Amino acid sequence: MMARPCRAVLWLLVFPFLFLGAAASLAVEPDEMLADPALEARARALSAELRCVVCQNQSIDDSNAPLARDLRILLRERLAAGDSDEQVKQFLVDRYGAFVLLRPPFNAHTLLLWLAPPIILVGAGVLLFRYMSGRGRTAPAEVSQSLTAEEEEKLRSLLAAESPDAGSAGRENR
Amino acid sequence: MIVEIGHFALILALAVALIQATMPLWGAHIRDERLMAVGPPAALAQLLLVAIAFLALMYAYVWSDFSVENVYLNSHSAKPLIYRISGLWGNHEGSMLLWILTLSLFGAAVAVFGGKLPETLRANVLGVHGAIAVTFILFIVLTSNPFKRLVPAPVEGLGLNPILQDPALAFHPPFLYAGYVGFSIAFAFAIAALIEGRIDAAWARWVRPWTLAAWMMLTLGISMGSWWAYYELGWGGWWFWDPVENASFMPWLAGTALLHSAVVMEKREALKVWTILLAILTFSLSLMGTFLVRSGVLTSVHAFAVDPARGVFILGILVIFIGGALALFALRVGELRQGGLFAPISREGSLVLNNLLLTTACATVFIGTLYPLALEAFTGDKISVGAPFFDATFGPLMLPLLVALPFGPYLAWKRGDLTAATQRLWAAAAVTLLAIIVAYAVAYPGPWLAPLGIALGVWVMAGALSECASRIKLGQVPLAESWRRLTGLPRAGFGMSVAHFGVGMMVVGIIATSAYQSERILVMKPGDQVEIAGYTLTFKGAAPQRGPNYREEVGLFEVERGGRVVTNLTPSKRMYDAPPQPTSEAGIHVSWRGDLYVVLGDQQTDSSGGYAVRLYFNPLVRFIWTGAVVMFLGGLLSLSDRRLRVGAPRRARRVRAAAVPAE
Repeated sequence: MMARPCRAVLWLLVFPFLFLGAAASLAVEPDEMLADPALEARARALSAELRCVVCQNQSIDDSNAPLARDLRILLRERLAAGDSDEQVKQFLVDRYGAFVLLRPPFNAHTLLLWLAPPIILVGAGVLLFRYMSGRGRTAPAEVSQSLTAEEEEKLRSLLAAESPDAGSAGRENR
Repeated sequence: MIVEIGHFALILALAVALIQATMPLWGAHIRDERLMAVGPPAALAQLLLVAIAFLALMYAYVWSDFSVENVYLNSHSAKPLIYRISGLWGNHEGSMLLWILTLSLFGAAVAVFGGKLPETLRANVLGVHGAIAVTFILFIVLTSNPFKRLVPAPVEGLGLNPILQDPALAFHPPFLYAGYVGFSIAFAFAIAALIEGRIDAAWARWVRPWTLAAWMMLTLGISMGSWWAYYELGWGGWWFWDPVENASFMPWLAGTALLHSAVVMEKREALKVWTILLAILTFSLSLMGTFLVRSGVLTSVHAFAVDPARGVFILGILVIFIGGALALFALRVGELRQGGLFAPISREGSLVLNNLLLTTACATVFIGTLYPLALEAFTGDKISVGAPFFDATFGPLMLPLLVALPFGPYLAWKRGDLTAATQRLWAAAAVTLLAIIVAYAVAYPGPWLAPLGIALGVWVMAGALSECASRIKLGQVPLAESWRRLTGLPRAGFGMSVAHFGVGMMVVGIIATSAYQSERILVMKPGDQVEIAGYTLTFKGAAPQRGPNYREEVGLFEVERGGRVVTNLTPSKRMYDAPPQPTSEAGIHVSWRGDLYVVLGDQQTDSSGGYAVRLYFNPLVRFIWTGAVVMFLGGLLSLSDRRLRVGAPRRARRVRAAAVPAE
């Protein structure tokens, strides 16, 4: 069998010794595929969510490592035997741990992972809102403060330095 | 001898960088002009010395001097010249040297073009930049010396991994590093501003073009890597949410946010504190990317512990620069006065929204990439965070960003009118509606969400066009007048429209190819025919061939469409001589509809003599990289803006309206 690297190649730039080498040049081989198109489609969708545990962050659907092939065949056997998608996943999790799931399960250990994006978005949004409305309230006071003599001087020099066309060009700018 | 000169030059560069990192900073502190004046010549000398070191190593590569260990490990005399050159940065030591060279180039650019900067600012910037150079040159000299000799010298090298022997990948690292390192300028300016405790629009005018240049390089570098993965790895994917990819994507996201907040800073003197923080974060993420990729920590916490010298060193650099910068930020942030006020619905407000979403997206990628490491370190649990996680979290964050994008340029500074902006976008909205209908009609029956995704991309593209059209008053004034306006447009604004158009193209490409890719996997014997996406492919057979440094088995496929032969595709499987390693070269037929992508697999072991074949049709996939190139061109247009070229920028009139001048 011709060997062809799995995605460890990306890692080669990083660590040549990580290179895991692998098997066939296509990930999913014709001989693995199920005759029933619906079942095969389910198998493909499932295998895209399962990690080739000896590769770097690669699904068994993408990987051509021998183990990935074994897992693909195993997964199809389970599906053909009538397992549901969840049962197949559970079967693999029992064998390899949650590590095999590319979509981490939602539990105590991954709470922070899943909740971080919405928390950051909402938290930053709230902070921003409070900051802006706070500034909005204090704004008039700030504006009404008269400029210091130094600032007046600076303002005059700025206005004087400006040529007439700067304004119109500025208007068109972003 | 030449190699030793390179080694000495690098050590001298370290000494020069030390001078650059101390004297100008001290000079700026005590206001000594002579000390401050040391900065520019030191930066130039550093560039000269690093360039000598780099060229010395390149000499060893080009002439295949295998007495140098680095050359022996990564090159081979039979390799084509271009890959002997690119082999230099295809490994750890050489790529770090390229990193330093890029850093020196940027430092020297500040020295050369920074003549109009305030003296203390330039001194501080060059000083900070010199400090970055010191740590990284020290890193090379102490832990990753590329000039090490081998005795006795081997006759032949081990060769470069064949998968890296590719034009796109040859130029991928230089662009990527130019992007990473380019953000060091923004970082150095941010630190200098914090040291001086002052920051104004002139600061932003300076930082923005450098940030833009770095961002352009990074955009191109990342898309080159993606393009390479697409045609070289052989399964039609173009982005994998791989930690290595994420490491380059995070600085890009933060850099994109910085680019936009710097605009607010430049025009309105608002968001000062945030812009400074973002400049620090963007470069920190670049450093972090270098650390993640170079330390091996991504593989597992344990791999990092096996050979910790390099990892710990970079971690130290990280702690010093990121920790130091943030500490300085915390210390000095009170001294920076906030500038112009603005209403939530305004140009500033839209750019704040952009920043909110982009930084949240960046944080999401950051957490997704590092969470497994942290979890393993603290609990010993191993989990995987893969593409499904990022698709589920990153995608929803991009949605509001893209919906809101076309509104931004239509909103006025300070206080915008959302209703008026919406009215002016009616044409874009009409085009988008049309796109939804057409997409549903063409793709029926298909995924029901995908046409909306495509319409989103069209919305962004149409918004950019419409913005351009209204600037030149297309249709409202005679065409000649519109043309005159077009040529007279400030290029910065024009560049923005072009870049946004590129974003839209990329969205269309991503959605189309993700949702509508078709695939066939089958065994084909010579003479067999297969149909995919309107093409009929006939397998004519496979034959062995000999390349310059590989053997290959080449399959021949005749491609017909509508009864006419369109092209012949020749996907192949290669076996390289040194190192003996297989690769697969896909046969790709490019058309405006999309790519026909053929991969030749193994000959079946049974008696049939058939080959495993994998076929894809990736609709509109070229839009992804074309979009990136258009974004790059938009940046280029913006960089060529007169205001930036002339150098001494005048303040726009609206600064007058700002209630509180800076300082």
